Amino acid sequence: MMLRLLTLMALGAAAHAAPGVSAPLPARAHVPGATFATVLPPAAGQKEVTVAAFDIDRAPVTNADFARFVAAHPEWRRDRVARVFADAGYLRHWPDAKGPAAASANQPVTQVSWFAARAYCQAQHARLPTWYEWELVGAAGSNVADARNDPAWRQQILDWYARPASAPLPDAGRGPANYYGIRDLHGVVWEWVLDLGSMMVSGDNREQGDPDVKKFCGAGALSLEQKDNYAMLMRIATLSSMQASYSSSSMGFRCAADPVKP
Amino acid sequence: MKAGTRPLAAFLMLGLQAALPARDTDPPASLYHLDAALTDQAGKAQGLDVYRGHPVLVTMFYASCKATCPLIVDTLRATEQKLTPAQRGQLRVLMVSLDPERDTPQALQRLAAERRIDTARWTLLRGDADAVRDIAALLNVQYRKLPSGEFSHSTVIALLSPEGEMLASSGTLGAADPALLAKVPR
Repeated sequence: MMLRLLTLMALGAAAHAAPGVSAPLPARAHVPGATFATVLPPAAGQKEVTVAAFDIDRAPVTNADFARFVAAHPEWRRDRVARVFADAGYLRHWPDAKGPAAASANQPVTQVSWFAARAYCQAQHARLPTWYEWELVGAAGSNVADARNDPAWRQQILDWYARPASAPLPDAGRGPANYYGIRDLHGVVWEWVLDLGSMMVSGDNREQGDPDVKKFCGAGALSLEQKDNYAMLMRIATLSSMQASYSSSSMGFRCAADPVKP
Repeated sequence: MKAGTRPLAAFLMLGLQAALPARDTDPPASLYHLDAALTDQAGKAQGLDVYRGHPVLVTMFYASCKATCPLIVDTLRATEQKLTPAQRGQLRVLMVSLDPERDTPQALQRLAAERRIDTARWTLLRGDADAVRDIAALLNVQYRKLPSGEFSHSTVIALLSPEGEMLASSGTLGAADPALLAKVPR
């Protein structure tokens, strides 16, 4: 009963309102379309990509958010989900199949598979962000759209990653807002992307150079750019090591959507 | 993701096995839990479980591919050739397009004709981008649309049980994979 009450309170709270801001912000930030240098070149010799405008959650989806989804879509309960969509670790951190412990209600949900994250976003009439969308907003500093060449920014991210994995997750939305007003892109959890299957650096193709033309139809495996952008490369390595049914205590997600036409 | 279920045993006994929705009786690891709206080369609506009840080889491809994709058809054929006549009689083949924009039913039909594919036992399928993502994720196919309109993709030939569970998966091209052959039900 206590858990339920707390969950309801959490759900009722203004979604991810920034501390110190009186009027609650919309749950999603609008990101204008942009062309930027990517670590994952779309084709050989092409280092820039163009991303159309999109909206994206200001904070990762929380355990309480996900509990509400599971209540409405019981086929995604951990005791009912088809194993083909979620491995045995799916929502294993919840004390029961219905929801999280009160203390973790506002923490980013983890232990969710790509399929489950995708279904959650679809239920919100949204989708997972693509890698390029994520990379675009993940490149922002607090005041600039692209902080990737700022050594202090890079160091901050690496310092976050150096924290012990055993430390409890902070509540979602507590990290500093970036240029777009988006929080927790770095330093809290890894996040699923829609085009998980396009990372193209699978175990068989991690070596640079000589792509395996027999395995890859078309242009072959992609190579990575910005090899000193360690934080982004680590993220790609993590994503490319995950299959869509896997769950991990450090993998969460947020949703994105095509902007509503005015 | 999963469609509602209906009692279908009677239909199955009649042999009407095409495009049935996923069922609660499917094993937990069955790919047939996926509720994907697909269309075959004849323009007919299908699910991924076109050949429910049969062992099935599933692969992803795109019809305009000139490099590896012709080799995929060759490899599927080579795999069939290595089976016993009884196994071959049971086995079915699904080829799911990665390129829903260009691979219309007409384009799939054309490929089937060019490659002399027996569409009684092989089915070419297309779906929307979401269905392609889901099926690629289930099969662990990596793919990316290139700016040229071509696709870069890994090649996977998966063997599904009659209930849709993945029995084997192979990245071998050009010849039948013995590890996959060993898993074809006898």
